[in-house]
Amino acid sequence: MKKFAALFALAVFAVAQSASAQTLKTVKDRGMLNCGGNGTLAGFGLPDAQGNWTGLDVDFCRAIAAAVLNDAKKVKFVPLSAKDRFTALQSGEVDVLARNTTWTSSRDTSLGLNFTGVNYYDGQGFVVRKALKVNSALELNGASVCVQQGTTTELNLADYFRSHNMQMKSVTFATANEAVKAYDAGRCDAYTTDASALYAERLRLANSNDHIILPEIISKEPLGPVVRHGDDQWFDVVKWTLFAMLNAEELNINSKNVDEMLKSENPEVKRLLGTEGNFGEQLGLTKDWVVRIVKQVGNYGESFERNVGQGSPLKIDRGLNRLWNKGGVQYAPPVR
Amino acid sequence: MSTDLRTGSQPPRVAFYNDPKVRSIAYQVALCLVILFLVYGAVSNAIENLRRANIASGFGFWNNTAGFDISQTLIAYSSQASTYGRAFWVGLLNTLLVAGLGIIFATVLGFVIGISRLSKNWLLAKVAGSYVEIIRNLPLLLQLLFWYNAVLKALPDIRESITVGGALYLNNRGLFLPKPSTLTGFGWVEIVFIGGIVASIAFTIWSRKRQERTGQQAPTLWVTLGLVVGLPIVVFLLAGAPILFESPQAGRFNITGGIEVLPEFAALLFGLSIYTAAFIAEVVRAGLLAVSRGQVEAAYSLGLQPRPTLRLVVIPQAMRVIIPPLTNQYLNLTKNSTLAVAIGYPDLVQVFTGTVLNQTGQAVEVVAITMLVYLTISLLTSFAMNVYNRRMALVER
Repeated sequence: MKKFAALFALAVFAVAQSASAQTLKTVKDRGMLNCGGNGTLAGFGLPDAQGNWTGLDVDFCRAIAAAVLNDAKKVKFVPLSAKDRFTALQSGEVDVLARNTTWTSSRDTSLGLNFTGVNYYDGQGFVVRKALKVNSALELNGASVCVQQGTTTELNLADYFRSHNMQMKSVTFATANEAVKAYDAGRCDAYTTDASALYAERLRLANSNDHIILPEIISKEPLGPVVRHGDDQWFDVVKWTLFAMLNAEELNINSKNVDEMLKSENPEVKRLLGTEGNFGEQLGLTKDWVVRIVKQVGNYGESFERNVGQGSPLKIDRGLNRLWNKGGVQYAPPVR
Repeated sequence: MSTDLRTGSQPPRVAFYNDPKVRSIAYQVALCLVILFLVYGAVSNAIENLRRANIASGFGFWNNTAGFDISQTLIAYSSQASTYGRAFWVGLLNTLLVAGLGIIFATVLGFVIGISRLSKNWLLAKVAGSYVEIIRNLPLLLQLLFWYNAVLKALPDIRESITVGGALYLNNRGLFLPKPSTLTGFGWVEIVFIGGIVASIAFTIWSRKRQERTGQQAPTLWVTLGLVVGLPIVVFLLAGAPILFESPQAGRFNITGGIEVLPEFAALLFGLSIYTAAFIAEVVRAGLLAVSRGQVEAAYSLGLQPRPTLRLVVIPQAMRVIIPPLTNQYLNLTKNSTLAVAIGYPDLVQVFTGTVLNQTGQAVEVVAITMLVYLTISLLTSFAMNVYNRRMALVER
């Protein structure tokens, strides 16, 4: 009995201590990055018929794996619903959550999580049937709206209708799949989610051309990757992975010309690609961390076009997601 | 050898730590201490980890504004003015509503099917038997999804609703009925209704006593109907029908006003009732078969027909065997109602453990509260059934 009690006390203390943060080391030792993804959203995180995941968030996780493990394929994707995405990250089941998650103050604080940046500036919109002859969200007084549970979408929907003195009936579902199916079956008049997801989901409706996405964007939805509190080194690694991809696009470095750019005399390029300085090692990575990222995954623009832009079925315009010097809001601090 | 004939001879004295009674008490105390230590260790470890990870803890979230809408609310609720605590009560009432109605329907249907399965009519018995075999062998989640999609697909779109006189609308968004609101004269009807119930209970007790004394039967059913239903209707008409119906109005998108029965609610109720009825049918059949054949033969030899035999002799004895497993099925139904998550019905789990948990991030507190609530509901149900069981128990001589 005494031995058992002593062993148990030891176990309690051991568990309590190991909660401290060593994610970078853990990922390197494991040889695999555990990435929380969506699993059902085209353009952001969706496995194909062979089980290969593609999407903007998928590319981001692959970029981290390329930088840390030098192999963009060493990622294990865990499909998470909106309800259990945060618990999976808090409990350690995934190392990073890249699942089109909106950055809000309450999520940044009371959940014990840190957002590392914004990889897609989005906003919430509505999709309705063309046959309803609705041209603006302000005409939706009295409508039924399908929405996914546990998202900022649910809250923004209630706020929007109340602030415009409109009535609505919300029908909430646990997954986006069910919500879209119910909208398609006519259970509700409109479906609301982030505008990027609206384009993706419209492709899955029975007749995509019968539906129109209304012009109003009713909220700010900055989507970004998330990590746990208390691990500053890992936070920096994930944060600067995104900045590396943005800086690469800014300096016109892409997956096709990265080898020639290694010979460039431009000091910014030299610092970014690791020819000069040891900025990679300061992060806990290697000198050529950006080369790994760009060669194996690409820069931000390539990833965008391939997954949600003109090179994809969604055909979403870059819009706010253009670089700051091209009229958009994507701005990365310099590597120096 | 002389035997020891002293009365009250003492057992041989041993040291107190070898005494079996002392030992057993000591072991039990030690076990309790170990369990308490484990629980304390787990709870304090969880609290420490939450604090270390900067995850909010405590129950402060209860009074924060909810911010989200709920599609079916039995009490007043607004997304802007109501708190998470209010959302909890809304979800709980929805769960109790569907569980309560489900228990009633499942019991009625289960008894009918169970008795039918033992019927002499071959077709009836086989139909009941195949119902039980099919329904109880399919997973409940599949059945709920089937009912939800079947209900949705079968009903017409809102713009082609089935209407009855402009007062009733049936479409895939729900069943819309006129909502009654009572005017001042209705108080009399309520008084007469309650008076009728009391009077009919008194009459039933009196007529039963008279039957025991003199053997004369009284038409209790008709009298009860007359007092509880007929008399209030007469008073209602005399008071000038003091009731106002608010009809549902078809708007541009939706039908507003009136009482709305959601298709999610209907699908959940059908699915749960039909599924649990299959299990209750088997419980009832087991109970009926447990009554010994001699009872039935004795009843027939007294000249009782089969149907009164069933009602007066077999079922009262079968209830002793039926009630404990029946309690199980009621608890199963209550807990199975949490599958409402899959079809979008706003029950406690969907509203509280789904949306509130996600918005506040406090998984430990929310899940603990939900588990406590279901534990309380189940304990209350089984307590009530045990009281009924004790009354039904045969008092052996």
